Amino acid sequence: MNHSVNEIVLLSGKGGTGKTSLSAALATIGDKKTMADCDVDAANLYLILQPENCYEEAFVTGFKAVIDHNRCTNCGKCISYCRFEAISIIDENVCVSETSCDGCKLCTHVCPVEAITMKPSNKSRWYTGIFRNGVMVHARLAPGEDNSGKLVNVVREVAIREACELENHTVIIDGPPGTGCPAISSVTGARMAVVVTEPTRSGLHDLKRILELISNFNIPVSVVVNKFDLNKSMTNEIDLYCKQSQVTVIGRIPFDPNIVMAMVHCKSIVEWAPDAPASKEIYSIYHSIFDML
Amino acid sequence: MIVAIASGKGGTGKTFVSTNLFQALQKSGKAITIVDCDAEEPNVAAFIYGHDISRKTVFQHIPEIDTKQCQFCGKCFEYCQYNAIVFLPMANFIKVMEDLCHDCGACSYACQYKAISETEKPLGVLKTFRVNESSCFIEARTNIGISSSVPVIKKAIKEAEGQPLVLLDSPPGISCPFIATVSFADYIVLVTEPTPFGLNDLKLSVETIQQMKKPFGVIINRAGLGDHAVYEWLEQNNIPLLMEIPFDVEIARIYSEGKLLVNEDKAYLEQFLNLYKTISHESFRQ
Repeated sequence: MNHSVNEIVLLSGKGGTGKTSLSAALATIGDKKTMADCDVDAANLYLILQPENCYEEAFVTGFKAVIDHNRCTNCGKCISYCRFEAISIIDENVCVSETSCDGCKLCTHVCPVEAITMKPSNKSRWYTGIFRNGVMVHARLAPGEDNSGKLVNVVREVAIREACELENHTVIIDGPPGTGCPAISSVTGARMAVVVTEPTRSGLHDLKRILELISNFNIPVSVVVNKFDLNKSMTNEIDLYCKQSQVTVIGRIPFDPNIVMAMVHCKSIVEWAPDAPASKEIYSIYHSIFDML
Repeated sequence: MIVAIASGKGGTGKTFVSTNLFQALQKSGKAITIVDCDAEEPNVAAFIYGHDISRKTVFQHIPEIDTKQCQFCGKCFEYCQYNAIVFLPMANFIKVMEDLCHDCGACSYACQYKAISETEKPLGVLKTFRVNESSCFIEARTNIGISSSVPVIKKAIKEAEGQPLVLLDSPPGISCPFIATVSFADYIVLVTEPTPFGLNDLKLSVETIQQMKKPFGVIINRAGLGDHAVYEWLEQNNIPLLMEIPFDVEIARIYSEGKLLVNEDKAYLEQFLNLYKTISHESFRQ
């Protein structure tokens, strides 16, 4: 962890609650920002911030087994050792399923005729770019590739470096949904977490799980209820749950089709409709977050 | 037939579609099983109820190194591709980092001194519920702090093996949990929304599925919000649009309360039954 940089991570558990729309708004308020899009599976922040990329690098997500059919005797020893069910016999030949192969390399060791080698999967990329209010680091995981947690780490580390260079000591992380490896990698080292939820049964269920995950990291956490007015009694239930868990709700953003229209025009809501009630609430959320730091 | 309901972007309505489709078919007397494969954040249980018939814990193997037998040769450390073994030869120190272990078995194979045995670590729970005589709901749920949901997802889908019609409610994204789910499917339904985020992530999902050579179609949810770019893209690429669900505050309210649209509105019951017909037809045609 780099102590001179404050990382603020936006998470949600449930997908589609508005992490990226809120991140884009925070990115376009006030001083220059360093943004890290850690939803490397389905990165969207770049669609609003439209960065001009100035650096690009390939990322090796792992290795996949490749069988040399000139050497392979189809003995099947690798099949019995593979715990990922990635090797099978297709048309009388031993074949590896690229999407199932975990890259453990065990098959290369068990093969009696040295017919298996490993080839790197390097189709994933990460980028550094300049946007209208700062720098953003983002990535693209190639379809079907794994190890998104490791790619998240790279994006975070590069963003911290950029923030140090800019002498801008805050990095805002647009996190991934879920509670698995990319979410864990996004929250590791963060100074503070903001959970974006929505007033639905699923939103509340997933909020509870992500709060449980974050509690392992001993960092301050606050909650934003997006589209709060679509079900006010669920919003009250979320408020009550947060109160009992001693988590502060720092904002309730109303449902506003302007947020979608802003997205369509590659703008954040505060740029598109600065006087809309949703924008006003986001300004207040922005101040709550930065006052806490 | 196994049908996966998936999307790159989260929150587009995967669970909304899969639970309503399940309910429509279940009500019409079809034998059907729904598997909640979004093991990190499973939400089907907010909508589908049943009689709890079984609970199973899913484990992974974790190597245990017996330091009395260990000769500190470092071969297991060399074989491990996941940095899950910490080895300090000068200090005769060796340790397994459980969280990094992928359960591949390479270290056990590497060890010539029988110093490695395997213990089990719980990853999550599978619950099976009986909804009616011929319909089931299986939930995959990982424990908090577990980084990979893949083993739990695979076990949950195996649990549904042999059932005539299975719906898989997929996790979001295009990486391992998604792949683990859709690789079992005969047909994939992608749910998107008519926004730039929805379209961007739809393209990623389509690219992934085309590599896997699986037949698929698209549902546009919250139609009326956003723009027309998704429709144009589907047309240009000859991708079937299976169904459109309009943005409607009433639908959002029903969903938010954990209720099913097909129970509240007969017209939608018809629409979801038609969706099944379209899927059957499309999976056969493609």
